[in-house]
Amino acid sequence: MSERMALNILDNPRHLARLITMIERQDPARIEVLKALHDKTGKAHVVGITGPPGSGKSTLTDKIIGELRNRGRRVAVVAIDPSSPFTGGAILGDRIRMMRHATDEGVFIRSLASRGHLGGLSRAAAETVRALDAAAYDTVIIETVGVGQSEIDIVRCADTVVLVAVPGLGDDIQAIKAGVMEIGDIFCVNKADRDGAERVVRETRAMMETAIMNGANTRFSGLYKAVYEHTVQQARLRGENVQEDPHGGALRIPPVLLTIAEQGEGVSVLVDEILAHHAMLSDTEWLLKHRHENTMWELRNAVADNLLGWLDNANAHSQLANAAEAVLHKDTDYYQALAQVQEGIIAAGLRLVSD
Amino acid sequence: MEQKIRVLVAKPGLDGHDRGAKVVARAFRDAGMEVIYTGLRQTPEQIVNAALQEDVDVVAMSILSGAHNHLFPRVMELLREKNMDDVLVIGGGVIPDEDIPGLKAAGIAEIFTPGTATGTTIEFIKNNLKRKA
Repeated sequence: MSERMALNILDNPRHLARLITMIERQDPARIEVLKALHDKTGKAHVVGITGPPGSGKSTLTDKIIGELRNRGRRVAVVAIDPSSPFTGGAILGDRIRMMRHATDEGVFIRSLASRGHLGGLSRAAAETVRALDAAAYDTVIIETVGVGQSEIDIVRCADTVVLVAVPGLGDDIQAIKAGVMEIGDIFCVNKADRDGAERVVRETRAMMETAIMNGANTRFSGLYKAVYEHTVQQARLRGENVQEDPHGGALRIPPVLLTIAEQGEGVSVLVDEILAHHAMLSDTEWLLKHRHENTMWELRNAVADNLLGWLDNANAHSQLANAAEAVLHKDTDYYQALAQVQEGIIAAGLRLVSD
Repeated sequence: MEQKIRVLVAKPGLDGHDRGAKVVARAFRDAGMEVIYTGLRQTPEQIVNAALQEDVDVVAMSILSGAHNHLFPRVMELLREKNMDDVLVIGGGVIPDEDIPGLKAAGIAEIFTPGTATGTTIEFIKNNLKRKA
């Protein structure tokens, strides 16, 4: 089944849909299929759309799909909504805004429930993106759950992150708090027909300009320096005069755009910027650099997940139980117990690896 | 392996009454299911394509316009065309008793008319899934 499935997902969306279900269920059989697909991955441009609940991410995604289709691209969407922490159920409603694309062969939309995963994505997100990438979608959009101030998993999964903001969510101290604001490659102030949109734009720009002045290590400054060098080099190759920037691109800040997604206003410019960001990444070393970091992160998390799974099963349970008892009976102190448990676990873990 | 029942709740046809569909969607969620809600006025083609991409175990349709004798069988036909025979399909809404045998013959597993307790529908789904969830 799996080899055939791997070959089939290119032209059979049902197999693709099934594979994603296997990924969601963490079905071990998915691994053979994903292995067989590995060579086909790495071509898609992965775009993250993130922002607070109600900021218009789904409507914006719907309009972005339309614009990318007009430009001849095949588009896949992974739309993530939260699972109920009490029942494990979920209402996945992002798709409502995108139903006009339901019969378009060049669009594939899949809703995922977060299933208890914090961070704004689902545990299945990264593998799902790879499956869609292998199925030859040119752009894979990930719409995160509505985020607050710390759900930044999306930067580990996407090449380009669009941060959607809306007017009226708070004063400028919200904008200078660390967290979600720092992860955007493109900023989009949606519902721009509302009062205060221009102010959000000003505050967002001011925040980034201040970060540069303070010498903060921002996500964008390295890319912009590399882009500047690339542009200068290309111009010299063509024998053109170059307008030198004494700061070497270091003062450039990401675009801050106004959109009214409901009416499609500003979406064409937003898509221009999304594609331009991809071009900047591809022209420099930064696409590979990002993906290398992201793969390292994913490997690290997979190891941590496996260790945690192993800790939770019976192997480690008795060690933890004994250590807890020793602490409670004052046979040992907490830190000595911890050190002993860790030693035991590392030894057992090494045996596990060598087996 | 973590397995969840995935249900597409859809409103085919032109009526704008989705209160029942939303109540049912919430009940399914509270029963631990993952519910993909498609919104109002969907064509059978849109519903079936969404069901395919979302790889759902169940399609639950609600209709109050009276067009069920046309739209429900059309959804079944499209599902068969795409070899999606393993999807459980149920219907609800204002549907006269005399229409129910014909809809069942077309492949709708059960019809739930107004007044049905949501628990009844949930039990039916759990007992009649065609795919092992």
